[in-house]
Amino acid sequence: MGKWTRRAFLTTGVMAGGGLIVGVAMRPGNQAGELSDLLGDDGGQLVHAYVRIDSDNTITAMVPHSEMGQGAQTALAQMLAEELDADWNDMRIEEAPAIGAYSHYSIGREYLLKGINFPDFIVPSIDGAMVKLMDNLGLQVTGGSTSIRVTGSLGMRVAGASTRQMLRQAAASAWQVPLKDITTDNSHLVHTPSSRRQPYANFVNEVAKMTPSQTPEFKKAEDYKIVGKFVPRLDIPSKVDGSAQFALDIRRPGMLYATVIRAPVFGATIVSIDDQAARKIEGVVNVIELPPAQSNMMIGGFQSSPAVAVIADSYWTAKKGRETLNITWSDVDLAARSSTDIFAQFARDITAPEERQSDRLQGDTPTQFLNASKVIEADYTVPFLAHTCMEPLNATAEISNGQCEIWVGCQNPLGFRKAVAEALSVDEDKVTLHNQLMGGGFGRKSLPDYAIQAAQIAKAVERPIQLIWSREEDIRQDFYRPAIQSRFRGGFDENGKLLVWENTYVNKAEPTEAPLIPYAVEAQDIGHVSSPTHVPFGAWRSVDHSQHGFFTESFIDEAANATGKDALKFRLDLLKDKPRHLAVLKRAAEEANWETPLAKGRGKGISLQESFGSIVAQVVEVSIVDKSVSVDRVVAVIDPGLAIAPDGMKAQIESGIIYGLSAAMYGEITIQDGAVVESNFHDYQSLRMSDAPTIETHIINSGHELGGGGEPGTPGIAPALANAVYAASGIRVRSLPLMKAFSS
Amino acid sequence: MVTSFSVNGKEKTVQVDPQKPLLWVLREQLDLTGTKFGCGIAQCGACTVHIDGQAIRSCVTPIASVAGKAVTTIEGLKSKSDEQHPLQQAWIEHQVPQCGYCQSGQLMSAAALLSENPNPNDADIDQAMSGNICRCGMYGRIREAIKSIAGSSVADQFYDAMETNHG
Repeated sequence: MGKWTRRAFLTTGVMAGGGLIVGVAMRPGNQAGELSDLLGDDGGQLVHAYVRIDSDNTITAMVPHSEMGQGAQTALAQMLAEELDADWNDMRIEEAPAIGAYSHYSIGREYLLKGINFPDFIVPSIDGAMVKLMDNLGLQVTGGSTSIRVTGSLGMRVAGASTRQMLRQAAASAWQVPLKDITTDNSHLVHTPSSRRQPYANFVNEVAKMTPSQTPEFKKAEDYKIVGKFVPRLDIPSKVDGSAQFALDIRRPGMLYATVIRAPVFGATIVSIDDQAARKIEGVVNVIELPPAQSNMMIGGFQSSPAVAVIADSYWTAKKGRETLNITWSDVDLAARSSTDIFAQFARDITAPEERQSDRLQGDTPTQFLNASKVIEADYTVPFLAHTCMEPLNATAEISNGQCEIWVGCQNPLGFRKAVAEALSVDEDKVTLHNQLMGGGFGRKSLPDYAIQAAQIAKAVERPIQLIWSREEDIRQDFYRPAIQSRFRGGFDENGKLLVWENTYVNKAEPTEAPLIPYAVEAQDIGHVSSPTHVPFGAWRSVDHSQHGFFTESFIDEAANATGKDALKFRLDLLKDKPRHLAVLKRAAEEANWETPLAKGRGKGISLQESFGSIVAQVVEVSIVDKSVSVDRVVAVIDPGLAIAPDGMKAQIESGIIYGLSAAMYGEITIQDGAVVESNFHDYQSLRMSDAPTIETHIINSGHELGGGGEPGTPGIAPALANAVYAASGIRVRSLPLMKAFSS
Repeated sequence: MVTSFSVNGKEKTVQVDPQKPLLWVLREQLDLTGTKFGCGIAQCGACTVHIDGQAIRSCVTPIASVAGKAVTTIEGLKSKSDEQHPLQQAWIEHQVPQCGYCQSGQLMSAAALLSENPNPNDADIDQAMSGNICRCGMYGRIREAIKSIAGSSVADQFYDAMETNHG
């Protein structure tokens, strides 16, 4: 067995059963032992933690990211296949299991929480990347649009190129010919002068003895055959015939079903449970109380209230039982009990200058305001939002002989495993987590409360159980996209040039740069105050960009309007030193025929937002008839550096736009008497086909560093919509959802 | 109570509460998990199946009301020649699914639409498909996939599939 060297990034090793591993050794120790379980006994050869070459020459990409629809797994396999020069038709994908070897999570956690020095086993060449990686939520976490940017660039490409290099060396040595004469083609090694040709699989034993290069030579972009091209997503066929297996589809022998209810008022605890009626229902097996769950993990830390679980022979029976429960919850003393109170609190706190923390301070803003010949002000608000993943939260758990097995669709398998182990007070190696396809994630499935509940129930009833949340629970017990108020002041010189930008908002989260603007405004003072509420919050597709995209791109539009300038021209004038932004914006305007006026009652709006390394411009066209707003068309342009999977990138932009548009048009979680009012899709509406605009997405492959695709489509849609509504109607929407302004 | 009905052409008998929704009978008793739970109140369409060729929301359909009827689920969606339904091929061609969770319901709604109206216009498609939510927002692709086979001879193949289910 090859040694996992302490300082190696890439390393090789022969596995029991004749297998081979060329691994990403991110920490010293006995990773190979754990990995050997993955090989099975089919003689498969694990080449690299990211790649396995089987004896029939099929190549499997071991992908450490979960699939929630974003298509990252296919795109990551493309990156590997390209550098490895693999035959795409013989590529397979497996999601890497939740064990430490696939994750820097535990390392990141130690490093971040215990303040230890940066681990010395990370080779210097990737130090910077590791820091960035942890900053981006850890490795096996799927979120922050990191899969392609980090895992793809640092893992998949390096693995592919390095393995290809070793295969060539092995062939040169076996055939006793110069290395320069060995080339590769569709998972085969080729000796060019003699046209001799053999599959990669013939050489893996030789490769096992080699030391892989940390810095292999990459292909040139112009030589790409798989990256940047259309390849059909590998997961799609199973998603059109019902065979794709989601967590909800797991079946275990003797499995019972459970559903839960937590206190409607966040923070309340259980005083008493009257479950007499529930226990009389045929099929109800038990009613139990679940203790509060919490985790102080850096990534995925959360706290949630206790719950009552009803366990039955059917979800439907459990749900019926749940509805008959009569639970007395404790009183919670809340300063702000309703949405109205919460926004009043924001309005009060936003004026507290002594509490204000700065995000960006440049130039002399007070003097600029004094000298300004025109000053405008505006206040914006956005509400709390739920995620409403199409697949309601669920998890299946089974505990026997001190071992817990859990089947769940989640964005953070290792974090979930750790949280479940903590909740059960067992070691992490007593918990096996089988991650499943997710029916949507959007950030919600990065927090493990539902997996913990499933484990708690399985432990209590000593049977395999499938916990399914009702849609009502899903909407009322979310970790919500935070509501925010944001206040702006802008000052202009006598020519209408924007000289000063002042912005104060409540409740900052991540990413830190979300409220910053790309525009060359000389004096800027951007800062925030804290105004906590009792409403639990978490990451929601594009995180803080979802709010600040609306705020900043609405206010820059207001600035243009205030000086009578064209909204596009006004932006272009402030972006002279930002060629990528300029190119994206100009292209969007061109594709959308920005200059062509629309008929009365129609309007166009534009937005520009950089997030997760990608720059996106959107132009929205709306029609307003009898106070009814119809979104007709969206043109989006993205510069992600390079789109690995162009069709997948387009699909994600379309998806991000519809997700953001649902929120902009309808999305609002209302708090009343401390609890969420909305309960299901009838009162927490989602965009439907009849409301959906046509979306045209254009990609600019600028060649810059790779940017994300899952989130950058979302932030720009709300402001482009509001700006279009203003153009069509003269009504400036400063508070979302938009429908509230058009409902009377 | 005992209820008998056919599912994808096969006779089934279940003994459950007559009020238990078809969705949960399919998923829990018959192990047909392709039909999904999304809302439980007929708002999202994830649970759409066919009863005697009509698209219905199985989450609010008591099993008693299905007695003697022919149910088709995503697992039984096929062409006349027992191959992939043309819509399924169109879904792959247009790379429709993202997370894929709603797609069984989307396909069942689309198949019912085409069997009733082989050549739907945009308004017909909106009408038939707006009961199905896709949180990944693939509405444009769904529409294009439906239109790609609308009006063609493949669109009416579903009629035949339904007839075999009755047998």
